[in-house]
Amino acid sequence: MMARYSKLVLLAVAVAALLVSKFVSFDSYFLIVIITIGINIILATSLNLVNGYTGQFSLGHAGFMAVGAYSSAAVTTFGGTHWFEIFGGVTALSTTSLFIVALVMGGLAAAVAGLVVGIPTLRLRGDYLAIATLGFGEIIRVILQNTEKMGGSRGFSVGGTYTTFFWTYALAAVTVYVVANLVHSAYGRGFLTVRDDEIAAEAIGVNTVKYKVVAFVLAAFFAGLAGGLYAHFVGYLTPEGFNFMRSIEIIVMVIVGGMGNTAGVIFAAVLLTLLPEWLRGVQQYRMVIYSLLLIVLMLTRPQGLFGGLTWPTRWLRKKTASPDANAA
Amino acid sequence: MLELKDLAVSYGSITALHDVSLSVGQGDIVTLIGANGAGKSTTLRTISGLLKAQRGSIKYEGKEISNQPAHEIVARGISHVPEGRMIFANLTVHENLLMGAYLRKDRAKFHEEFEFIFGMFPRLKERSKQVAGTLSGGEQQMLAIGRALMSKPRCLMLDEPSLGIAPILVKTIFQKIVEINNSLGITILLVEQNANLALEVSSYGYVLETGRIILHDKSSALRVNERVKNAYLGG
Repeated sequence: MMARYSKLVLLAVAVAALLVSKFVSFDSYFLIVIITIGINIILATSLNLVNGYTGQFSLGHAGFMAVGAYSSAAVTTFGGTHWFEIFGGVTALSTTSLFIVALVMGGLAAAVAGLVVGIPTLRLRGDYLAIATLGFGEIIRVILQNTEKMGGSRGFSVGGTYTTFFWTYALAAVTVYVVANLVHSAYGRGFLTVRDDEIAAEAIGVNTVKYKVVAFVLAAFFAGLAGGLYAHFVGYLTPEGFNFMRSIEIIVMVIVGGMGNTAGVIFAAVLLTLLPEWLRGVQQYRMVIYSLLLIVLMLTRPQGLFGGLTWPTRWLRKKTASPDANAA
Repeated sequence: MLELKDLAVSYGSITALHDVSLSVGQGDIVTLIGANGAGKSTTLRTISGLLKAQRGSIKYEGKEISNQPAHEIVARGISHVPEGRMIFANLTVHENLLMGAYLRKDRAKFHEEFEFIFGMFPRLKERSKQVAGTLSGGEQQMLAIGRALMSKPRCLMLDEPSLGIAPILVKTIFQKIVEINNSLGITILLVEQNANLALEVSSYGYVLETGRIILHDKSSALRVNERVKNAYLGG
């Protein structure tokens, strides 16, 4: 029942996104903001799977985004001309298919990076994992800075800017759908047990390492997709754009929204992207006010904006719990 | 049913267990008593695969199970109720119980265990939709025991079920432990600081001191043993 309902929502969002992209024209500033919001929703929702639902502290999300961004950019930039030759010129079909392939490749490359980083580091806990993932993010950045083929620290011009409103929000909807459905499924409850008590989870037979790796790889995949969207939106990549502060920005969205609360994290992604834009009027005090607001927010609602509010999850959970309730 | 032989476990350079040997017979309640830091919890955690053994063997139903991953040990029918009621605080009572059956594939038969657990602990039934973190200490202990039963174990290991629970509830919990043993025929290995109660409900007892078994006998004999009386039963 829940799954069918979610599919309807997913379809509605996709159709709405398609309609909006076809018939509404945004001015370019508004478009920049709205697409940045979409990309941030993907990043924050996927990181929430690791930091919120599974209770691990990853500081390397920007690193996975960078892997996705550079891999997908490499596909369109170096593979574009061959692709268009095969498909007989630059048509809507050939560019769209090229973009999809690039996005998927970016996601897969990030997922592989997630697996490679995750298997050794997920045996670490808490602060130690945070430091290890932080190290990973920095390694990626330094590697990119020294890869001449990808422009090094001068930056890299992406072959085309294919990212549209439709693609951004369609993928954001897919991300939200996958994460929300996963954690509310019988299998997904395993993530929550790892967060609540890792030893007890092990004692009842949950393979905690496997769950942590799955969360990590899946989150990395979506971060890679977001990276691909970002690359083909801005059209120009620099390693500095994926530094440690980028990871922090995403973590702040997860914490402000409420760890392990998808609705809250989406809200925070929207709010924290818009907030610096609203504050442009106060110029040089902008980031000061932004930081102050974060401090006030954490003092008044340390559990996050939606943290502790049960209605979004409770409402979802009731629907999934019903077959089990009959068994009870 | 469960046979430990010369088991040695250490945390880094500190040895927690030296050559511990004990055996638990099918259908028995066996207790392991001892002071804080004697190695009681370490013993259970090593059996359930949460800790690695340096030396020695753990045989369950004739098969060697030492140093296997925890989920495989649960699958073999050993269920561990960890110390300090490690329940999943953000899940409901019902979800906690379901997680206990995590490795079982026969979803259709879960209701049998639910019935038994709710029959034994009606409080859990009343609160089945409640988030487990809001339960009282005693209710959380009931939930931890219920969750362990959901995996349909043949051997149940309980780590300090009386810890931090109102005295009036301790009696009830121990009665239920005997009931689980009697009506389901589950073998029980009980670790307890409250030696009096533990020796009352068990048939055989082991006394652990700084990582060594110093004494073992029938529980009735241990209760009148001078050394045990002085050290653990309050004279």
